[in-house]
Amino acid sequence: MTAITREDALHLAQLSALELSEDEIEKLRIDIGNILGYVQQLGQLDTSGVEPTYQVTGLENVWREDEIIDYGISREQLLARAPQSTENQIKVPKVL
Amino acid sequence: MTIKEVLQQIKVSSARSVVEKALADAKEVADYNALLSLTEERALARADEVDKGKITGRLAGVPYVIKDNFLAFGGPSTAASHMLEFFDTPLQATSVEKLEAEGAICIGKANLDAFAHGGSTENSAFGPTKNAYDKSCVAGGSSGGSAVITALGVVPFALGSDTGGSIRQPASYNGVVGVKPTYGTVSRYGVVAMASSTDTIGPITSNVEDAELLMSIMSGLDKRDMTTLPDFFEILPDAMPSQKIGLVKDFMSEHVDSEVRARVNEYIEKLKAAGHTIEEVSLPMAEYALAMYYIIVPAELSSNLARYDGIRYGHQAEGAKTLAELYGRTRGQGFEAENKRRIMIGSYVLSSGFFDAYYLQAQKARTLLIHEFNKLFEQYDCLIGPVAPSTAFKLGENVADPIKMYLEDIMTVPASLAGLPSISVPAGKSSAGMPVGVQIIGPMKSDASLLALARSMESK
Repeated sequence: MTAITREDALHLAQLSALELSEDEIEKLRIDIGNILGYVQQLGQLDTSGVEPTYQVTGLENVWREDEIIDYGISREQLLARAPQSTENQIKVPKVL
Repeated sequence: MTIKEVLQQIKVSSARSVVEKALADAKEVADYNALLSLTEERALARADEVDKGKITGRLAGVPYVIKDNFLAFGGPSTAASHMLEFFDTPLQATSVEKLEAEGAICIGKANLDAFAHGGSTENSAFGPTKNAYDKSCVAGGSSGGSAVITALGVVPFALGSDTGGSIRQPASYNGVVGVKPTYGTVSRYGVVAMASSTDTIGPITSNVEDAELLMSIMSGLDKRDMTTLPDFFEILPDAMPSQKIGLVKDFMSEHVDSEVRARVNEYIEKLKAAGHTIEEVSLPMAEYALAMYYIIVPAELSSNLARYDGIRYGHQAEGAKTLAELYGRTRGQGFEAENKRRIMIGSYVLSSGFFDAYYLQAQKARTLLIHEFNKLFEQYDCLIGPVAPSTAFKLGENVADPIKMYLEDIMTVPASLAGLPSISVPAGKSSAGMPVGVQIIGPMKSDASLLALARSMESK
């Protein structure tokens, strides 16, 4: 198992934009340590000179024309799904 | 219940009566918690259109169920999460549109592990689904609701998604057919993204023929999913004779339930009797596949789930004073424990200082796994083994131990990481009466030939 401290767990929660209770942090801290401990077995493999695989069917960049496609969905429909909107725009709390 | 039988019923009665019956049956089995909502109003309206001849097609009037991480009309598209509990989609998934274009009628949305993170459907925000054969056991997952509702005979088929086994394993646990196609075969547009390099869409059916029909309908290029492949799926009239099949011995160790191995061996005997050759083969990298999977998938999903921020749609926490507070609180409330666990692992393996040791190493190991598969496919037409190490386990049995839960995926993740087609077909039951599935994995784009092989074995 990999030791994950409370500070590590809080940092990960912050990176992940997750507000967690003390109880959740403690549980996740232990679970994450165990899981990282398990996946560390990959360190045993010799991968020198091996290229990583990010995409399995060999696709590279797929280009398309920069044109507007009508998906048949209106601005009103999208705005209606935002929890808060005003004056035809989505409303957010202050950033700073 | 097969599609053919349902089409026959529609012919002698009506689409409306068939859809009404499916809805009534769905209510009858509500205690399995396989469905999160019924799309009754829309389903009946569409059934009437079929009866009036306004909707036609190869599936005209056939009721089916959609895993609730697909965007589909008629009810909320929740991903079994509080985050999307009330999400009313303005668009439908391409796969759903294709089925509707053939006249299929969605009667409800199936339960899953929230955001498809899990292997038992116990991570649903709305309670677990129970196994079709034993209500004290799990449905498997994450497409648990889809498998159970098909196994119960409420509908002839359901849609599922498979990122690391989420179609194959619940199909195995409930004695139905599950197809995880070659990566890129079926468009993922309109399906809640999990891990973009392994996410696939496929059907869960009661026989192979239905799976073939559905694959032929759903496959093909979609401009809205750049990873889709040109349509290569063509139903084969007959299975290729005398195939050379590799039994993956790494999947048949003593860690695998002896009854599961026994059913797989019986299936192999039948394959031999049908003229195929079986040889034991070794896939040493399979041992490492789960570790690769639980680095690569959390990394990808932590990025994909960043979009759930409480701003544009979905749940929004109340009382937040700043944007950062709003994000954190919304996500803290909207995600389940397993979602949080995976997002945080993803953040860890992608963070500077750890990236090379975890994420990059896993993607290199993935290349080694693919090489091993490719080598085997130079000699063998396909590979065979169990789907999961055991039959469906008891509800609650693995909940406290995430690694034990992850180990259920150990035999399904290799094909996912390599993008290979893999199907799960019923291979009998354990002495306790629980279904066992056999998994057949083939080279890229061999989907139709795997299904033809499985079809040829069905009556044997």
